[in-house]
Amino acid sequence: MRMICLGLLALAEAVALREAAVSSPIQHVLVQMPLLVLAGAVAGWQLSVPRHWAVPLLLTALTALLFWMLPINVDWALTPAGELVKYVSLPLLLGLPLRLSWPWLGPILRGFIKANALSMLGVLGFLYTHAPVRICNSYLVSAQQELGFAFLYLAAALACLWAIPVLFGHPRWLPLSTDGCTKCGA
Amino acid sequence: MLARAFLSFLAALIGGGILWHATDGARAFTSETARRLDVARSPRPVPGVILEDMSGQRVPLLPQEGEVVLVEFIYTVCGDICQIAAADFAEVRGRLQAQDVKARLISVSFDPQRDTPEQMAIYGDAHEADGVVWTVARPEESDLDGLLELFDVTVIPDEWGGYQHNAAIHVIDGSGRFSAVFDTDAVEAVAAHLQEVQP
Repeated sequence: MRMICLGLLALAEAVALREAAVSSPIQHVLVQMPLLVLAGAVAGWQLSVPRHWAVPLLLTALTALLFWMLPINVDWALTPAGELVKYVSLPLLLGLPLRLSWPWLGPILRGFIKANALSMLGVLGFLYTHAPVRICNSYLVSAQQELGFAFLYLAAALACLWAIPVLFGHPRWLPLSTDGCTKCGA
Repeated sequence: MLARAFLSFLAALIGGGILWHATDGARAFTSETARRLDVARSPRPVPGVILEDMSGQRVPLLPQEGEVVLVEFIYTVCGDICQIAAADFAEVRGRLQAQDVKARLISVSFDPQRDTPEQMAIYGDAHEADGVVWTVARPEESDLDGLLELFDVTVIPDEWGGYQHNAAIHVIDGSGRFSAVFDTDAVEAVAAHLQEVQP
């Protein structure tokens, strides 16, 4: 229940950021969209699914992720139809399925996904800082470059965060990654 | 086991299909490419809008008998991209005249409030637009939004009181349809295209 409320809160925040999303791609792509994903993940926090759902759910989440990474869809997300699809698909087709499939993913697959996320952010960062043209018609070139740097900073931050358990062992304040599996009955 | 594999396969198939569709068969990753593909596939009829040119005369946007119209969207106090685009446009004009293609070039201002005929004339002089083959013109305020929407031109105010917009050369063919988009510096491609569609 508490988690559903939190999810709704994240969703409300994302909706409240509508104006901000129009004015800045950083607030759109790196604040509003992740909040929507978070809303879905948090809403499904205490749910669990049988193991054979894991791969289809992961593929669903990856599809949604790739879909919203495309510059053409970032532009589209600012039209009324695109906005509606964004509000529905990011929580329900990305946040929720990712949360539900995550406990079933082995450490290698998790590492693979994380490594890919980092390299993808790096490529996006390079693309957005170096593109000679506007990638999204709805935003200024200067904003596009800022977004590129934001991608790079985010990649650096995530790399540090994910490296902590690898380098220093699992810190006590982080939940054990096996928790999810026991919760789901593994 | 087979049922489970099938489920994953189905998810991958649907996901791939959605992405394939969203990118127009992995060809359009930005809205600029998407609009170019869309226009080439299904040309859009252009309404009979009348513009006011730099000498205050009323000129039709639509091509007249046997001609093709090239449109560029600009605002005259633009500091960078429009100036480059105008130089490219001049080159296109020269190229078309050399090839004896009957075409009219119009730089349409999307800032009709600031761009008075006098202001447009200054811009025209700076780029040697003669007012006959190549003219600078502004639409009625009430026609502007419709035009920008039809041509899929996004105009957003920048930090310095100007605008940023997708600059390109838009072709209105002999039958009055918006049917192609080119980069402003794609002089060769524009010339070749017009040779082809010349009415």
